[in-house]
Amino acid sequence: MLDDVDRRILRQWQADPSLAPQDLAEKVGASQGQVTRRVARLRDAGVVQAVETEVDWTALGYAVQVSLRVTLDKTAPRAFDEFIAAARTVPEVLEVQTFLGRVDVRLNLIARDMPHYQQVYRSQIMTLPHIADIEALMQVARIKSEEALPL
Amino acid sequence: MIDLDDIDRSLVLSLARDATQSAGALGREFGLSQPATWRRIKRLREAGVLGARRLRLNSEKLGFGVTVFLGVKLATKGRVSLEDFERAVIAIPEVQTVEHVLGLYDYRLRVVARDLPDFERVLRRRIMTLPGAGEVEANVLLSEERLPGPLLP
Repeated sequence: MLDDVDRRILRQWQADPSLAPQDLAEKVGASQGQVTRRVARLRDAGVVQAVETEVDWTALGYAVQVSLRVTLDKTAPRAFDEFIAAARTVPEVLEVQTFLGRVDVRLNLIARDMPHYQQVYRSQIMTLPHIADIEALMQVARIKSEEALPL
Repeated sequence: MIDLDDIDRSLVLSLARDATQSAGALGREFGLSQPATWRRIKRLREAGVLGARRLRLNSEKLGFGVTVFLGVKLATKGRVSLEDFERAVIAIPEVQTVEHVLGLYDYRLRVVARDLPDFERVLRRRIMTLPGAGEVEANVLLSEERLPGPLLP
């Protein structure tokens, strides 16, 4: 179980993941050794999964980002597994999510520009197995993207 | 636009997974000196390819058992400004991401909650009361997989 010090560590660290251990300790009001031990424990427990670096795909020339909302043909017994396994092999797919609701699976897809998107969509997405319907939401702007938890 | 060779790509992939690796350790992995690795990382940062660090937390282990994606349509387009909606929506702590999209909906939100009753509270008290919010569609996240993207050789 997490105590208040753990929560303070996570809150401060989440707000600024580039904090050096001594600065984190100072903000939390604990010794550096204590914070280091607790951070190690939070990692071992899988509460902290990783410290990642955000990759900006726009800077790499991928200007288009589309959310593809897919409905699958559920009469096929292995529709989910087969669709997901095939979607994983498309290099431009960044995320595969499954849902309970009107949408079955969502793919987050990037492309260099609209002609490239059209090409990927036609040759690699439309050919995925068991698709009943696809709706596309094109990203205009990211308004909030830190994906922080309200700790 | 920046040109990347195979080593740059490997560095981006590796740092995307774990930002805490030192230039020395990465250099040893990819057969470069520490200063050469550091110069490459600096160039990738300056080009904006490598951005800020992000803590990846296990939301379930922290008591957030439910993640829901909402498609939100604005009810009164033209009358309520997008800025008003955006300012209000980003202030909601349970709203993790907000995307302005083109298509069936105007905005796509990622929302976390402790459980379904907690989600209902967020939906009714915070989301439905947003200025200009109209039709809302909710899909509960069951599983999620992040892929490395078009960097692998």
